[in-house]
Amino acid sequence: MPPGGGGPMKDCEYSQISTHSSSPMESPHKKKKIAARRKWEVFPGRNKFFCNGRIMMARQTGVFYLTLILILVTSGLFFAFDCPYLAVKITPAIPVVGGILFFFVMGTLLRTSFSDPGVLPRATPDEAADLERQIDIANGTSSGGYRPPPRTKEVIINGQTVKLKYCFTCKIFRPPRASHCSLCDNCVERFDHHCPWVGNCVGKRNYRFFYMFILSLSFLTVFIFAFVITHVILRSQQTGFLNALKDSPASVLEAVVCFFSVWSIVGLSGFHTYLISSNQTTNEDIKGSWSNKRGKENYNPYSYGNIFTNCCVALCGPISPSLIDRRGYILPDTPQPAAPSNGMAAYGATQSQSDMAAATPLLQSEPSLTSDELHLPGKPGLGTPCASLTLGQPTPPSSMPNLSAEAVLTDILPLKEEHVGHQFLTPEEAPSPPRMLAGSPLAHSRTMHILGLASQDSLHEDSVRGLVKLSSV
Amino acid sequence: MATEVHNLQELRRSASLATKVFIQRDYSDGTICQFQTKFPPELDSRIERQLFEETVKTLNSFYAEAEKIGGSSYLEGCLACATAYFIFLCMETHYEKVLKKISRYIQEQNEKIFAPRGLLLTDPVERGMRVIEISIYEDRCSSGSSSSGSSSGSGSSSGGGGGAGAR
Repeated sequence: MPPGGGGPMKDCEYSQISTHSSSPMESPHKKKKIAARRKWEVFPGRNKFFCNGRIMMARQTGVFYLTLILILVTSGLFFAFDCPYLAVKITPAIPVVGGILFFFVMGTLLRTSFSDPGVLPRATPDEAADLERQIDIANGTSSGGYRPPPRTKEVIINGQTVKLKYCFTCKIFRPPRASHCSLCDNCVERFDHHCPWVGNCVGKRNYRFFYMFILSLSFLTVFIFAFVITHVILRSQQTGFLNALKDSPASVLEAVVCFFSVWSIVGLSGFHTYLISSNQTTNEDIKGSWSNKRGKENYNPYSYGNIFTNCCVALCGPISPSLIDRRGYILPDTPQPAAPSNGMAAYGATQSQSDMAAATPLLQSEPSLTSDELHLPGKPGLGTPCASLTLGQPTPPSSMPNLSAEAVLTDILPLKEEHVGHQFLTPEEAPSPPRMLAGSPLAHSRTMHILGLASQDSLHEDSVRGLVKLSSV
Repeated sequence: MATEVHNLQELRRSASLATKVFIQRDYSDGTICQFQTKFPPELDSRIERQLFEETVKTLNSFYAEAEKIGGSSYLEGCLACATAYFIFLCMETHYEKVLKKISRYIQEQNEKIFAPRGLLLTDPVERGMRVIEISIYEDRCSSGSSSSGSSSGSGSSSGGGGGAGAR
């Protein structure tokens, strides 16, 4: 039974695809049938997807491969060169325990890297328009000047006043503890930090995997270090120290790697244990959101009061499912997220040059809003690997490359954004909602147009950002 | 989801989308999923306050159940950790089970209460758990129901559309 819809839907087009999905293309201009696309293919954030949407990572994965190689090589050398001697000399339990630790480390690492950290999907055009309207009413102004006042909502949680910020990119008011990751260009729930070592953000859904990864990695590093030293000592008792080193050169390499890793990883585990027990995120800790220094009345409203409950909730609490539905099919009725306006579409995007020029300072200042959000902290004093590699780039000011990227993009983006802004529901269009109906063929071609624009957008963005990142990584 | 799409399609034949109302999240209890029970003025003429509040409160209670921290959720968490999370290949998490219950409840509410009043609830999970989207439909002059009437959902909504047209 073909669905209603507005235009003439060819029976053969519909019947070939399952009832849960339908071809998103219904435009009369398109002669050939286009296969239904999955939502991950048009995901607006800066993420990479593998295995047809099952795996989700950040764009920069170079450091993740380094992590993998370090772990695999060190463990491989350990099992190949040290374990045979130790298994015979001491006990065969050593390679067994080592093996268990190794699999646990790899499992949690892959789980952290490949899963959705808790990305919040961007607002649909209708939602965004509704919010804009409410904000305008609240501010008492109509869509006036091109620099909007900072949009915040205050909410009282457990006696503490918490400010909810409006995200210009995702066009939503961020829930408490959520933050926008400028590397991945997504709002993430309970955002902890963006970790280049795992190649992903660490947020609500994968924090426990991240914690178990660094905890088990600390144990593995200490384990390997200890037994490599034992191995060398035992050998040198037989053949002398230098000969022992000559007999097992791999042990030297392992010892060096473990020695340098153990400080940072054990330190990081300790730091995160503290964070979990006080139910804070790295973001909140670095900013000192709940520290006593801000005032005697300042306390963490999310803490459950005792360490045990905080730990249990963080590690064994319920896992919410992914909100972005990467593998779902794009349906013609599915509203595509509103394009990041950077303040433009919200204020009646016009084709005038002055507007574009006006938007440029806005685009350039946008990163300054988002650079408030911590993408990559770590307690500076501990010299953790996360802190030493801000955003995976050797240069500390992490917002700088973003600024230059945004500045370069202003040439390309405003043209696209204006186009896209026109297609979507701007506040001016609000009184005529029937245009929103995806049932009409016009809306379908619009959807197509958006998808085409979105991919062009991402291509341009990719090339520019690639140039910027290449120079800095 | 497919049935909801059908409902939407059927409604469209006899009605046109007037506007959408968004019920935002209520963060006063922290980060748990809760929606505001404040009655939006746009719905004043369309549905009784009592019914609306009851629906939202029931949804809130479902979400609270999904996110409940207690013995069973700890057990599930520990079991999952012990099996290196492979157990989720075989079974659903408690949260997913409750989400399914919620979508069934919303479908039921749509069929029984909202569609006859020209309204349509969208499952918050499709909007990233940010809002409950309520679509308000105006009736065009419905010249008899052109619906196929093959699904029970479409039957009730087209009946509602026909009834509204006769008003």
